[in-house]
Amino acid sequence: MDIMHLAGNYAEAVSMILFGIGFTNLLLQKNLIRKIIGLNFMDTSIYLFLALKGYIYGRKAPVVVDGVKSMEAYINPIPSGLVLTGIVVSVSVTAVMLSLTIRLYRKYHTLNMDEITTIINRGEE
Amino acid sequence: MSSFVCNFPFITILASLFSGAASSVIPGKWARRWNKLLLVIIAILSFVTMRYSWKLGTYYTYSMGHFPAPWGNEIRVGVLETFMAMFFSLLMLLCLMGGEAEREREIEESKQNLYYVLADLLISSLLSLIYTNDIFTAYVFVEINTLAACGLIMIRQYGRTMEAATRYLIMNLLGSGLFLLGICFLYDITGHLLMSNMRAVVDEIVKQGTYTVPLIISLGLMVVGLAIKTALYPFHAWVPDAYGYSTLSSSALLSALVSKGYVFLLIKIIMRVIGFDFVSKTSVSNVLFIYGLIGMMMGSINAIRQKDIRRMLAYSSVAQMGYIYMGLDLGTEVGIVAAIFHIISHMATKAMLFVAAGGLAAASGDHKEFAYLRGAAYRNKMAGLAFLSGALSMIGLPLFSGFISKLLFAQASMDQGYKMFFALAAIAISTILNTIYFMKAVMIIYTPIYSEEKNRIGGRIIYVKDQAMKVCVFAAFIAIDLVLGLFSEPIVSLLTIGIQMFG
Repeated sequence: MDIMHLAGNYAEAVSMILFGIGFTNLLLQKNLIRKIIGLNFMDTSIYLFLALKGYIYGRKAPVVVDGVKSMEAYINPIPSGLVLTGIVVSVSVTAVMLSLTIRLYRKYHTLNMDEITTIINRGEE
Repeated sequence: MSSFVCNFPFITILASLFSGAASSVIPGKWARRWNKLLLVIIAILSFVTMRYSWKLGTYYTYSMGHFPAPWGNEIRVGVLETFMAMFFSLLMLLCLMGGEAEREREIEESKQNLYYVLADLLISSLLSLIYTNDIFTAYVFVEINTLAACGLIMIRQYGRTMEAATRYLIMNLLGSGLFLLGICFLYDITGHLLMSNMRAVVDEIVKQGTYTVPLIISLGLMVVGLAIKTALYPFHAWVPDAYGYSTLSSSALLSALVSKGYVFLLIKIIMRVIGFDFVSKTSVSNVLFIYGLIGMMMGSINAIRQKDIRRMLAYSSVAQMGYIYMGLDLGTEVGIVAAIFHIISHMATKAMLFVAAGGLAAASGDHKEFAYLRGAAYRNKMAGLAFLSGALSMIGLPLFSGFISKLLFAQASMDQGYKMFFALAAIAISTILNTIYFMKAVMIIYTPIYSEEKNRIGGRIIYVKDQAMKVCVFAAFIAIDLVLGLFSEPIVSLLTIGIQMFG
């Protein structure tokens, strides 16, 4: 029964697995670029989840064309709006992360977070 | 209802947002002046709104763009929200004034105005977190808050702060990812984004008994996300570097304001979105309670081991966060009031301690290690006094605000079965641990030094007239602490009424 549920909602399950992959990468990778990739995985998986939740089978994107104004013709527009907002947030966060990475690389010539910490703790400012 | 006062909360949010944008193109000196004026204006407007809401006797909602409830975005204003907004802006003003000398020295001339961009964005996001009634708006402002805080850490540019900012950002992004996922689950279950509408559906779900597991999972995700962001014990690894090496006013702002904004959002989720009765019955509440207790111990034990005064204060913040989580999860509304009182008490005290530590370091050749701070309280008398009163408040001596919050926690834990025993024991042990490290620090700064040691430390005496602004800030901090400690009864009753309006 539970397996059937899971199989019926396989797309949601995939998005959760992707979230797990992204989360673990952001947490455990030592390389900063890989961390950022993990961050993007994590955010994108949530957008996939949201998009799935807003989708109604057989309906179209909520953009009025050809004068069709019936509510039955379109999918739920709110999750799409949330995804757009989320993308804006994640782009800005990624930009800040990348700029920090560039600064750290210029100063310490490595992308490995642990090495950077070791260098700093040795007192080589 | 349609009084002009209703617009004030929205005006404060918008004004700080636009000031942030405007500060990026004006010189640093003017950005600083405008920021001060802005914070005073926010405090006054919030006070007026608080009086209005108090007279009204209930909360009011303010819909954006006049779209009615289930569709539009709205903010909700009550006594508690306005009180917090007032307190946040006043504290921010004091933190920024207290760290002004260090900030001007440590940050490049061309980047002075950028500091105020970040500060304005920070207060705007904090105000939005306080007022918003829409959970996705809350998420967006959580991210703005994170980015502003990250900027506040890395604006003093050297290796340690860049590393601290990176660690801070990574941990906070993990937290906001979990928080966003929790929100999406909750939106999926309830079909609403406005907190009050969500609550109606959640009550229905709880009554029918369907979807209880997804509800608990989404609660857990949101709570863990915010716990990472507020540095609850096992997630505190980023705290000491972020608070220890950034410029003085940033440390004070981060520990006093930023983390408290997230806690306030968490209280909002517990009280308004999910409902206090349901939350206190779930195991999520028990888990948080246990981690709160462990945090109280481990934060203090780590603080004892530190050799650097700023890092000691950072670990002390971890311990105080444990107190707040313990109060939230005691399972009584009195516990929530105690937690909120501890939030405001800790905000005032920790900001004072950070600024005082900065003053003491300035009198010891800019060294923050205890080895150099010997006798610092004689070289900078006012900072020594402020540190002493902050330390006494943290320990929980009567007269100061820390005593009242510990008393409230102890009262709230009564009749809570096994939780009472653990809470009381934890408060007792943690008080002893607090005494150990704060008294150690106070004894070091009040130990007189003699000529040969004077040469080693090489500090200078800072007189009152050299630091007029800091002395005013210290006086204001001590006054706030004493007012919270001596006249706690009206404040507690205000918070109690506020919490009733809040839920």
